[in-house]
Amino acid sequence: MTEPTIYDISAPGRRGVLLPDVDVPETSLPTELLRTELNLPEVGELQVIRHFVNLSKKNYSIDSGFYPLGSCTMKYNPKINEDMARLPGFAQLHPLTDEEGSQGALALMYQLQEWLAEISGFKAVSLAPAAGAQGELAGILMIRKYHLDRGDRKRTKILVPNSAHGTNPATVSMAGLQAVELPSDENGDVDLKALQAACDDTVAGMMITVPSTLGLFESQILDVIQAVHDCGGLMYMDGANMNALMGVVKPGELGFDVMHYNLHKTFSTPHGGGGPGCGAVGAGEKLKDYLPGPTSQIVEAPTDDEEAPLYGLRAPEKTIGQLKAFQGNFGMHVRAYTYIRIHGDQGIKDISRHAVLNANYIRARLKDTYKIPYPRICAHEFVLEGHFEGIDDIHALDISKRLMDYGIHPPTNYFPLIVPEALLIEPTETEAKATLDEFIDAMKKIAQEAHENPELLKTAPHVTPVSRLDEVRAAKQLVLCCGPALPSLSVTAGERSGD
Amino acid sequence: MGKWNTPADLKYAKTDEWIRIEGDTATIGISDYAQDSLNDIVFVELPEVGAKIAKGEAFGVVESVKAASDLSAPVSGTVTGINSELEDTPELINGDPYGKAWIIKVKLDNASEADSLMDSAAYDTYCENR
Repeated sequence: MTEPTIYDISAPGRRGVLLPDVDVPETSLPTELLRTELNLPEVGELQVIRHFVNLSKKNYSIDSGFYPLGSCTMKYNPKINEDMARLPGFAQLHPLTDEEGSQGALALMYQLQEWLAEISGFKAVSLAPAAGAQGELAGILMIRKYHLDRGDRKRTKILVPNSAHGTNPATVSMAGLQAVELPSDENGDVDLKALQAACDDTVAGMMITVPSTLGLFESQILDVIQAVHDCGGLMYMDGANMNALMGVVKPGELGFDVMHYNLHKTFSTPHGGGGPGCGAVGAGEKLKDYLPGPTSQIVEAPTDDEEAPLYGLRAPEKTIGQLKAFQGNFGMHVRAYTYIRIHGDQGIKDISRHAVLNANYIRARLKDTYKIPYPRICAHEFVLEGHFEGIDDIHALDISKRLMDYGIHPPTNYFPLIVPEALLIEPTETEAKATLDEFIDAMKKIAQEAHENPELLKTAPHVTPVSRLDEVRAAKQLVLCCGPALPSLSVTAGERSGD
Repeated sequence: MGKWNTPADLKYAKTDEWIRIEGDTATIGISDYAQDSLNDIVFVELPEVGAKIAKGEAFGVVESVKAASDLSAPVSGTVTGINSELEDTPELINGDPYGKAWIIKVKLDNASEADSLMDSAAYDTYCENR
C-alpha cells in the first residue's frame, strides 16, 4: 500500500502545464548559472492530483479523528479562522506598508495584545515571538536583562522542576544561564523543601509549567512564587497548558512576572508542520518594558469618541530587541483574534472548563483499568502508566500502536520522563462525549487484549499503510532527503512493502 | 535478586550508573535497569580521554528511541579510556551492560568518594520502589 514518490511516476516528456509564449523581450541569463540537469519529475495533471489526493488520504489529522496527544492541545481549529486570515486586506498586506496604510492590521494586533493581557492578568503583551520556544527564550532573556540592568550579575541560575516541558531547561541554556533541576514530591507538586534550599542570591528566576506536564495544577503555587520572589528571583510561567486555566486563573494575579502563550494550542491557530506559530509573551509591571518588539501601540489618542486612535509599531522602552523579521507571524494573530472574538468572555471560560471536564471524565473511567500514578483531579490532561502487573513485555508503545488499529491517534508516550511507561492523554474541549467513550472503550479493550492475546499489541498496528516501523534503524540511519529517482519498475510492490 | 541483573561486585549510583573499582581506577557503565528503562539505545556521546569528570556532573549522553539522558559521573577523576565501540554499536548497552558495554575508565581523584554509592542489594530495592 506504499504510494510511489512523485519521481517514481515521472516519465520523460509528460507534462501537466503548457507555459504561455514569452510576451516580454528575452534576456539571456549568464550561462554559468544555467543548469541542464534539474531532475524534476515529469507528470501529467491527473497523475499529480491522484498522487497528492492518495497521500492526503493516508494523513491522520484532527479533521479525520480523535487526537489526544498530551501537552499538545490538538483542539479543532474553527474554519472561520481561515476565512478571516484570507481576507485580502489581511492576506495581501505587505509588511513594509506604512503605518497609515495598515491601521486595520495594527488595530487587530493591539486588540489581541489587550485580550491576551486580560485573559492572563498581565500588564502588556508582545506578539513578536514566532513560536513557543522563542517565547520562552524571550521571557528568560527579559529576566536576565532585568537583573543585569540593576547591576546584579550574580544571578545565573534558573530553577526548573522535573515535571517541566523539555524546552524549559533548553531555553535556560540557550539564554546563557544554568538550569537547576528541582524534584517533585509524592503528589506530583514541586518539592517545596528542595525549592527553599535552592533559593539564594544566585537565582535569576524559576521556570514552571502550570499545570505541569503531569496534568496537575501546582497546589502550593503561591508558596512557590513567594519563595522565589523572597530570594530576589523572578517567576516565569510556561503557559503552553493555558487551555486549562482560561477564565479561571490569571497567572499575572498569582504573581508570575512573565509567561508565554502558545497561540497554536490555546487559541486555535494551525498546529504542527513546524509552523508558523506565535508564542506571544505577557509580562507584569517589572518586566513589561523588556518585552520583545515591536508591539502595536497607540501613538496618537483620538480627539473624540467618533475617531479611532492612530496605531503604530514601536519597541518597548527597555526591549530585549527583535526576535524575528517585522511584527511576527501576523496570519496567526488574525486567527487567534477571530477565536477570542467569537467565543467572548463566557465562551473562553467554557473552553477551559470543558477541557478539564473531558480529561477528568476519561481519567475517572480508566482508573480501574490502568495505573494512574497521581490519582487526583487533573487539569486538561493526565498521565497513566501503559503497562500491566504480571505482563512484562507489554509497554506504552505497544498500547499506542494498537490504538491506531482502532482509528485513534496515540497519546504522547514516554513523556513526562518521571512516570514509567507514561501515556499523556489530553482530549481537549472540542470532543463530544460519544468520542471520549469510544476512546475509553478502545483503551479497555486493549487492556483486555494485553492479558488474552499480547501478540496482537506487540505486532500492532495492523490496519495502517505500513505496520510497526523500525525506530532504531530510523534513529541510527539518518537519510534526510530523497535520493535520485528510484528505478520504480524494477521494484515490485511486495519488495517495497518490506521496507 | 530482583527483576534486573545487578552484579554484587559493583557499586551503583542513584542516577543508574555502575562502577567497578580496581585500585585507583574505575570502570563506569549504566545498569541493566537503566538500559531496560531506556529501551533500544541508538546513540552514545563519550567524553575525550584526558577529560576531567566531576561527581554528579554529566560526562556524556545516551540516547534511545524513547529519550536522551545525561550520563552522570558517580565519582570524580580523569578519563583514561573510552569504549569507542559504542559509537558504532550503541546497542551493546542493551545486550551486555556490565561487560562489553562498559562506557569509560577513570583514574580516581579520591577513592573514598565511592563509599556513598549503593551496593547491589540497596540498588535492587531502590529500583523495585520506583
